[in-house]
Amino acid sequence: MNGLAPASRISKTSRFPAHPIAGLAGTSFKHEHLHAILGDGPKDGFFEVHAENYMGAGGPPHDALARIRRDYPVSLHGVCMSIGGPRPLDKVHLGRFKALVDRYEPALVSEHLAWSTHDTTYYNDLLPLPYTPATVSRVADHIDELQETIGRPILLENPSTYVLFAESTMSETDFIGALVQRTGCGLLLDVNNVFVSATNHGYSALSYLADFPLAHVGEIHLAGHAEQEDDEGDLLLIDSHDGPVADAVWKLFDIVIGQCGPLPTLIEWDSAIPDWPVLKAEAAAAQTILDHHGDSHQVFGKAHAAG
Amino acid sequence: MPQDELQSGDLGHRFDYAAAFTAGLLDPDRVPPDAVSGPNGKAAVKRYAVYRNNVTVSLIDALAASFPATLGITGPDFFRAMARFHIRETPPTSPLLFEYGHDFPDFIERYDYARPMPWLADVARLERAWLDAYHAADAEPLACVALGSIPPERLADTVFVPHPATRAMRSRYPVVTIFAANRRDRPVGRIEADGPEDALVTRPGLEVFVRHLPPGGAAFLDRLMAGEPLGAAAAAAFAETAEFDLAANIAGLLQAGAFTAAHQGG
Repeated sequence: MNGLAPASRISKTSRFPAHPIAGLAGTSFKHEHLHAILGDGPKDGFFEVHAENYMGAGGPPHDALARIRRDYPVSLHGVCMSIGGPRPLDKVHLGRFKALVDRYEPALVSEHLAWSTHDTTYYNDLLPLPYTPATVSRVADHIDELQETIGRPILLENPSTYVLFAESTMSETDFIGALVQRTGCGLLLDVNNVFVSATNHGYSALSYLADFPLAHVGEIHLAGHAEQEDDEGDLLLIDSHDGPVADAVWKLFDIVIGQCGPLPTLIEWDSAIPDWPVLKAEAAAAQTILDHHGDSHQVFGKAHAAG
Repeated sequence: MPQDELQSGDLGHRFDYAAAFTAGLLDPDRVPPDAVSGPNGKAAVKRYAVYRNNVTVSLIDALAASFPATLGITGPDFFRAMARFHIRETPPTSPLLFEYGHDFPDFIERYDYARPMPWLADVARLERAWLDAYHAADAEPLACVALGSIPPERLADTVFVPHPATRAMRSRYPVVTIFAANRRDRPVGRIEADGPEDALVTRPGLEVFVRHLPPGGAAFLDRLMAGEPLGAAAAAAFAETAEFDLAANIAGLLQAGAFTAAHQGG
């Protein structure tokens, strides 16, 4: 089957309302919440979906996503493009991804700085890569190819990691900065990932954020994490997406939004999924912080204009 | 990290990080790759195990989500052990996890511990067909009345276009009964059926339906789905069993939404 075929037949006419996403909080979209959302959805908000779950030909997944997309902005989040892998991108998968972008006209499109396929095996995890000038070049080529295929820039997400590569010669923030410069991509700042990686590798999350190219961030992710121990008995955090956002992550989020102003912010919750009201309340908490800083940013803006 | 393990300067090994990293992901006996560590040279055994655990557990979860009746029959411990063996033998090759598990029923058939449940592989086959139907392309099914426009003398030449979701499956076991009992959110009582059951899976709209095909029905549908005309398909079904009821089978298939079109062949 040619994955590119359906996309080429899509007309340029919009099939869905534009639905602006600026300054909104949103949640992962889970099918079990569809009826609750249609009955008791947020007045303003957005939903993010994992692209691969909608790469079947038809059936209930597409019906549900179309219903959500009619009423809300949608963020399309790719999980397994393997941008961070050494091998060429999968052309069939690129075609499927483009077809989804064309079909659902998402407000945001994002992928991960990670890889998940090697040779013929798909590992279904976000695996880490060494940070070197050679891998910058390879990953930048992959981002270029993806952006050219879909005809728009993507947001690249910083990873949560558990190991470091001996051959790395660059910091993660320098690596990400180099990718932004080379490809013109935007960034998805996962604040929980920052906190998890900082804890796991013994650096300060605030200094990571100070080095991060915040001006290029177009979306924020917040999620829960779990606690384990490493070989030395020290705390090892796991990016588990199975619970509420930790207090420390809320604090970092508040600092980031204070600096950047309100950015579209997603509550990610992918396993041990709670009832819809719980998820809705987490998004409302994020919206409160966004609105608080939105107001103060506006006030500063007005004061500036008046002065 | 010993210097002789660092290969970053060697162009030939510049992109070996993925090969080195994946070598132990599906093999719990392998030590972590030399290329990785914790900060300040801390060990990476438990750290690498996070990735190995993510890979294995998420793939077992994917199979559990795709084969809920199989899981219900075996119980979670049995199912997860069986799935783990399958994942190590046949990991997914596509990032579309709803496509994973087409080889799982054959694995179950070969799995020693499943021998006392000879019908388990067929239940898994039916669940796989159900999921294929769930994700199949949308199409309007052929209405029951549509056949009325075909002159009776041309009916034998009529060729049917199968709906993208339609699947037929034969079983030596009461697979439809076992499947249906284990896909409900209710305790499963004693299953009295013991004869063979052939299954029809369709999805005329958004809901997947699993039906019991009558005697000869599977032979009839197999031929029709292969593009053979109605007359030849009916002859094949009669050859298999004299019980075959042509009118009831056509009506049943149309009612289930098994086709999208019918036209005169030849």
